[in-house]
Amino acid sequence: MSKAKGKLEVIEKYCKGCSICVEFCPTKVLAMDAFTVKVANPDACIACMQCELRCPDFAIKVEKIA
Amino acid sequence: MAKKVALMQGNEACAHGALYAGCNFFAGYPITPSTEVAEVLSNELPKVGGKFIQMEDEIGATAALIGAALTGAKALDATSGPGMSLKQELIGYACIAEVPCVIVNVQRGGPSTGMPTGPGQSDMQQAMWGTHGDHAAIAISPASCQEIYEETVRAFNLAEKYRMPVQLQLDEICAHMREPVTFPEPGELEVIDREAPTVSPEDYKPYDDSQGQIPPLASFGSGYRYHVTGLNKAADGFPTTKAELVDAEERRQIAKVMDNLDDILKNEEYQLEDAEVVLFAYGSTSRSARYAVNELRKEGIKAGLFRPITVWPFPDERVAELAEQAKAIVCPEMNLGQMVREVERVAKGACLVSHIGRVDGEPINPGQIIDRVKEVL
Amino acid sequence: MAYDYEKSIRPGKLPHIWCPGCGHGIIMKGLIRAMDSCELDLKNTAVVSGIGCASRLPGYLDACTLHTAHGRAAAFATGVKMAKPEMTVLVVGGDGDGTAIGGNHFIHACRRNIDITYIVMNNNIYGMTGGQFSPCTPTGAMASTTPYGNPDPTFDISKLAIGAGATFVARGTAFHATQIDKLIAEGIRHKGTAVIEILDDCPTTYGRRNKFRSVVDMMKRLKDIAVPVAAAAKMTPEQLEGKVLTGVLYKEERPEYTEQYAQVIAKAQGA
Repeated sequence: MSKAKGKLEVIEKYCKGCSICVEFCPTKVLAMDAFTVKVANPDACIACMQCELRCPDFAIKVEKIA
Repeated sequence: MAKKVALMQGNEACAHGALYAGCNFFAGYPITPSTEVAEVLSNELPKVGGKFIQMEDEIGATAALIGAALTGAKALDATSGPGMSLKQELIGYACIAEVPCVIVNVQRGGPSTGMPTGPGQSDMQQAMWGTHGDHAAIAISPASCQEIYEETVRAFNLAEKYRMPVQLQLDEICAHMREPVTFPEPGELEVIDREAPTVSPEDYKPYDDSQGQIPPLASFGSGYRYHVTGLNKAADGFPTTKAELVDAEERRQIAKVMDNLDDILKNEEYQLEDAEVVLFAYGSTSRSARYAVNELRKEGIKAGLFRPITVWPFPDERVAELAEQAKAIVCPEMNLGQMVREVERVAKGACLVSHIGRVDGEPINPGQIIDRVKEVL
Repeated sequence: MAYDYEKSIRPGKLPHIWCPGCGHGIIMKGLIRAMDSCELDLKNTAVVSGIGCASRLPGYLDACTLHTAHGRAAAFATGVKMAKPEMTVLVVGGDGDGTAIGGNHFIHACRRNIDITYIVMNNNIYGMTGGQFSPCTPTGAMASTTPYGNPDPTFDISKLAIGAGATFVARGTAFHATQIDKLIAEGIRHKGTAVIEILDDCPTTYGRRNKFRSVVDMMKRLKDIAVPVAAAAKMTPEQLEGKVLTGVLYKEERPEYTEQYAQVIAKAQGA
């Protein structure tokens, strides 16, 4: 099985900075930047969709790119 | 072909009037002395494909009523005293969300459980002010079984036309007495259905008053998707706290009634042309008042009867004229002074206003009224 | 592909009103996925709610949405469904709205087995009014009206629904996000009253009063206490201490209310 890759988009105006996505990302792609989340380590994304699924604020979209 | 005439109770006449108006949904909870309305409709509605549901309490009944009305149903609910108290919050909901529906209140003695089988007229101010917040109300008090039938039809018409709850304020006497009722032929009485929107679903706003004071109401499930809330809202139906929008919406909802009094008000005037003393009476009490007028006239006393059939909004203008004309207005009511407050308010001291109140579960008899008239003249 | 939630959401309504870390948004996403998987026509779908944080959900969905009075959602929904049985009727609301002020309507909707799907977002507190205890606040917990700890016993909403006669009852949590849509979808497809209890978190008014250091702590608690029904069958009572069963808890086939009433109509019409 080839490794999946993902491209993350954070919709900043929706993000309320709860940090759920940061905590539950298995590859530490995301980090808090003051009160919103930022994509700190984009290459690590494996498109597992956990952040998109768990974001309560409709603020994260993940596209599978590989 | 001879018309159908049947001997029936006021409550039964109400149920049959509702059917004539096209009522196809009833939600209620059993309570004396209103239950016959539910009993008749539980039997009759399914025959015409309508729905009857007995809910778990009176609040649930009004909730189901409003839910059904939003799908386009012509919906009726009937209750008495304590049940009416429970419904008040949702009557306010129907006012602010502008949902047409008819609620019958067969008034009994009270407060609280009071006298469930005794008559009363003590929910008259409640009909106007029972629910919290500023709002308009339409309430109707018929005085005979025939009139209950016909006024139930009119109650539905007003609800549909003005997009709001309408209350039928019966009393136990009118509701339980039996009289012959002549059933009108189809088409004989006007039946009004709510206006449907003409704009496309994409352009529909449930409270957009740009085309008139009463925005058309789309039925749920008819292709229109929109939001209904009990919060103050803007024309699009979504909540707002913008002062100017809240103010305009509240004022429009009152103006849609108060600007149309000619259409909404209805009363009967009997022997008023030269009357020196006016009896102001409604519902079953007006029957004693009419008898008193006849007896007083025999004795040469110029008495007349003003009988509001629409009790809310109050007929300010006509009562003010009568106060100018008469030496006294006598108000018999089966309460300790409710509609008399309105009479006093509009009479502004132009004549003497005298109240006859009775709350012992007995009707006000003509003798009581005759005695009072002689006292005040 | 990122999931296209916004096609079911009214334009311009996001961001929603819920606090940072509130699970209501996660449940709303699950609901949207469930509605998609059931291929619901939103023109013929009514989403009904009462009052409270959770009850603001319908306003975001591009359906026939009805935000009613506190506690009355199930009764309004009953009226909608009874008058127009061809509509899909969903109810969303919180634990206080549904089981305190709305408890009577809730149990009677279950008893009738009317075809509505009731999603209870159980965050154990009255959030919108600032954190007063609800019938689902754990005994001993702190709330703004239990300054000495909550003396009240709690409702188990799922058990209440089963006892009252609901014919499909399931429980999930805001942590177990992929399960939410599956449980709701199964509830929507079920003919009869379906109650889906989703255990939720309220970091703002419950968490901070009850020694949860963060939203993440609250999510981890949901992860820790949940035990799927199948797994629980193999566990000892000691192992199940403090745990909550998740998954489909109860299912039966029983005549649905509007179908029963259709038979009343047939009888009345002499069929």
